[in-house]
Amino acid sequence: MLSLTSPRLTPAHSWRAGSKFLALAVLTVLLFAPPQGWFALALGLLVLGAASATAASWGIFGAWARLYRPLWPFAVLLMVWHGVTQTPLAGSVILIRMAAALGAANLVTMTTRLIDLQALVLWLARPLARILPPKTLSLAIALMIRFVPVMAERAGLLTSAWKARSARPPRARLIAPLALCALDDADHAAEALRARGGVR
Amino acid sequence: MERKLSYVALFAALIAVLGLIPRFEIIPGIGITAQSMGVMLCGTVLGARLGGLAAALFVMVMLLGMPIWSGGVGGIGLLYTGKVGFILGFAPAAFACGWVMERMRGSVPLAAAVASVAGGMVVLYAFGIPGMAWGLGKTMGEAAAISLAFIPGDLIKVVLTAMVTGAIARARPAALLSRA
Repeated sequence: MLSLTSPRLTPAHSWRAGSKFLALAVLTVLLFAPPQGWFALALGLLVLGAASATAASWGIFGAWARLYRPLWPFAVLLMVWHGVTQTPLAGSVILIRMAAALGAANLVTMTTRLIDLQALVLWLARPLARILPPKTLSLAIALMIRFVPVMAERAGLLTSAWKARSARPPRARLIAPLALCALDDADHAAEALRARGGVR
Repeated sequence: MERKLSYVALFAALIAVLGLIPRFEIIPGIGITAQSMGVMLCGTVLGARLGGLAAALFVMVMLLGMPIWSGGVGGIGLLYTGKVGFILGFAPAAFACGWVMERMRGSVPLAAAVASVAGGMVVLYAFGIPGMAWGLGKTMGEAAAISLAFIPGDLIKVVLTAMVTGAIARARPAALLSRA
């Protein structure tokens, strides 16, 4: 299944999802509490070092490090900005804190199965049960997770069909047929749900 | 009920797929993510309530750990980056987009364009800029200046959303729930 959960089992896979998220919340509050300065930088480096050492000791360092991809544009932006404004310490604190929090959060994500996270969300959503029944929410999550790979495959087929007819790349021309396919799939899924007793 | 549920789930999946497929480059060689266009489409096609729910479902599943944010990443870690405002702004943006679409009469593409600017740009940046300011430790003015770089790409997405919504209105008029 399409998920960030590490297939390599680590000790943290058996820990309760709620406990891991609570620990993460406490850690990030502590991480962002000190004012910008050398202490904040040292604390950020300590958390980042601990997170990377943990990932390495659990044998998931490569996959964990790849999850830093979204940080690169911001890292470049911050380095340029604080280089120009000659405030390297402030820039370093922001960057290291962000990297440390992202690293810790990704460890939680990678060591928690999607089904456990889903169960946690359904538990947290219990107060909203009157307006958002857990069964409906659960079904919506399952349907979406099921249809992401189906639609990605459909997009691939549309791209192949385009390439068979044209030497030019399809670019945005596939968005309309993809949206129409999504509507048709939604109608088929609704009929199938109704045929199986519907959503009550 | 079943139809609404499946529309919400499928459009949440559509947002994900638009972010995963780099072939939807608008300018050759320059990777402009089509993900926020998926948010605009949620509003213009599904309307305020269902569009907002579809975007909220996408964000929730992405934060749960599915690698469906543009570039194939996901998880709660993204809340600690400069993207946090845009992530949290997806659902309000789709809602606002749908709200405007539901209230505008006349040409579908024109209404979709206006709704996309209102929801996918004004509301999304209203969340995205403070999030970027917090995430990157910048002032609101500095974050707004950085965000200016995304405006041309967003305007292209507005035009594309208007065209796609118009195509849906012609091909599947009953599916345009925002005009039902």
